Amino acid sequence: MADTQEIIAGLFPEAVFEEGDILTVAIDDAKWHDLAKALRDNPQLSFDFLMTIVGMDWGETLGCIYYLDSTKYNTRIAVKVTTSDRVTPALTSVSDLWHIAGIYEREVYDFFGIVFIGNPDMRRLFLSIDWKGYPLRKDYDANPDINPVPEENERQSDFTDVYTRDADGKVECHQERVFEENDFVVNIGPQHPATHGVLRFRTAVDGETIKKIDVYCGYIHRGIEKICEGLTYPQTLHFMDRLDYFSAHPYHHCLCMTIEEAAGIQISRRAQVIRVMMDELSRIASHCLFIGTFCMDLGATTMLFYGLRVREQILDIMDKTCGARMTFNYECVGGVMQDLAPDFVDDVKALLKVIPKNIKEYDKLFVGNVITKNRMEGVGVLSRDNAISWGVTGPSGRASGWACDIRKTAPYSIYSELDFEEVVRTEGDSMARFKVRMDEIIQSARILEQLVDNIPEGEYCVKVPKVLKLPVGHWFRTVEGCRGTFGVYLESDGTTNPYRLKLVTPSLPAAAVVDSLTRGGKIADLITIGGSLDYIVPDIDR
Amino acid sequence: MEVTTKSMPYDAWKDNEYIESLVKELQDNGTNVIVGSLDKLINWGRSNSIWPLTFATSCCGIEFVSLGAARYDMARFGWEVARSSPRQADFIMVAGTIVHRMAPVLRRLYDQLAEPKYVIATGACAVSGGPFKKSYHVVMGVDKVIPVDVYLPGCPPRPEAMIYAIMQLSRKIKVERFFGGVNRQEKQEEFLKNHPIEGAED
Repeated sequence: MADTQEIIAGLFPEAVFEEGDILTVAIDDAKWHDLAKALRDNPQLSFDFLMTIVGMDWGETLGCIYYLDSTKYNTRIAVKVTTSDRVTPALTSVSDLWHIAGIYEREVYDFFGIVFIGNPDMRRLFLSIDWKGYPLRKDYDANPDINPVPEENERQSDFTDVYTRDADGKVECHQERVFEENDFVVNIGPQHPATHGVLRFRTAVDGETIKKIDVYCGYIHRGIEKICEGLTYPQTLHFMDRLDYFSAHPYHHCLCMTIEEAAGIQISRRAQVIRVMMDELSRIASHCLFIGTFCMDLGATTMLFYGLRVREQILDIMDKTCGARMTFNYECVGGVMQDLAPDFVDDVKALLKVIPKNIKEYDKLFVGNVITKNRMEGVGVLSRDNAISWGVTGPSGRASGWACDIRKTAPYSIYSELDFEEVVRTEGDSMARFKVRMDEIIQSARILEQLVDNIPEGEYCVKVPKVLKLPVGHWFRTVEGCRGTFGVYLESDGTTNPYRLKLVTPSLPAAAVVDSLTRGGKIADLITIGGSLDYIVPDIDR
Repeated sequence: MEVTTKSMPYDAWKDNEYIESLVKELQDNGTNVIVGSLDKLINWGRSNSIWPLTFATSCCGIEFVSLGAARYDMARFGWEVARSSPRQADFIMVAGTIVHRMAPVLRRLYDQLAEPKYVIATGACAVSGGPFKKSYHVVMGVDKVIPVDVYLPGCPPRPEAMIYAIMQLSRKIKVERFFGGVNRQEKQEEFLKNHPIEGAED
């Protein structure tokens, strides 16, 4: 960390460093693009993965915090860029350096109204063109009369805003077409069985060949980040179930860890083991459902029933312990809500017995099939560099040869003591993404095998103050969800409510990358690619 | 007349008053023997093969998938033909949160359904906004956008609850007058006006 600080201080003497859990650099907007370029390209730094852009409203100033990771050195850095202009805030775009930055900047623009100069596509991401106000600003007026429920279809535009800075430093706005003038554009979604929810692809096609896809999200944007600002910390937890409803346990785990770290709460070993077991059970359940829905997209409807068979068995285990089939709200600050059900251990052992048999069956039924191979092999190849630049984490990133498993790169809870392998493949195509998930089921089963007989005795939840107040500060934690890196940025101003809770979800990059993967392919390949990336739409939109 | 379906005992239903009021109206108005018998025959067929539209926005949709799979197996009841096109479906199971941007789309999907059409509001979000009551972008209940026939609470409702809700819908279909105008749009609107659902306005 000290080295990084020295290198940056050498290159940019005006940078201000802040102490914290990770190195934070504050820089003026004029120098930000140069710093970003240096951070990415300097071989001693090589921060090649933009984890997220956290938009912030500090009252008097607006700004962004960029979280950058180096996949080479496994280090992390935060860069803070602020502007005091609240009427026409503008920052320099870094969308030319990291692909995913373009989408993240649109998100910040949507929520805070900060314009990014140089971003080729500065439209709102989740809210409609005519939405008044920027909801995550602290002075946003949430009166429903200002933005009523629309009755007419939303106004559509073929144009996008582009902001540039001329020689005198004046910001200018001009409009550019999203598609070319004579493009034939077809809507796929929002109501379409293969988009796995309400996602809309505006697809420019030439016959059956895809020329460009504009990913149009926001059909299930629920404003969770804003709601959380008005709730106490324990109340925010249950929203984690409703983002990516398959990774409810890992997401809960992440927010609980962040709050516990901030409040200085040590949880018992028993609670940690229970949490990890639940994480791995949900990973198996999630991948089983992936196998089902993905195969169903490709036309193999029967696989859905095979996949759901194992999932139902896991849901029974969850049901007995957590009291629900899907939205569990099981992990809480200090541990877990209630103790394990008496027959938990037996049920898990019974599950571990059937998993290898099931995997063998899936292989026999589906993976070796010649139609499967033709539709999946070599389709939607994502190179390692592109995976990093687009921020595609999780099984999809690992299928492209990027070892990005947080359980290995930054072990949390008890993962460092466990014996399991990180599944990495190098092909990067749809088949690789499918196979990585199949192999991860086996690795998760391995983790469960190690833990099931070693659940320590002890209390399942430590005592936590009834009114939970966090000290002033900010924290950023990541976990490995079922679909990739999930992160929580929490800023506290010392009260019982979070000042800002930013959720970094793996599905947004996975949806954003669809455009570059499908270009030049056929429409049928779009279904394969979309299915294999396995995004969850409420997780994209939040 | 005790209206029930799928061999459920009549007393096991929780809200027989609403159905009984419909039955009473049906009996009071009277009808031709032939038309009445034809009504009964057609309703018997309709109520046993209601086809859902594949429409899911969030968590509830996954429970709907579970409902279709082998364990809960909605094919037992004749509901398994989930259609992706609204033109071929009988009812929408609004499974999940409806937000501002989605509201006109849902409205259009409803308009595209062929008469007679039905709506089940599935889960807390679709019933009232649920956990997102404080959100700036969530529609507080789909009954603000389209008329609802059955409200199904839960977050998400278990597949058993979904079975119960669709059975309720099939009971409702049984006491309609198919030749009396249920299959025509203007009559449908009039019907909904005359049968306000209690509590829907609060």
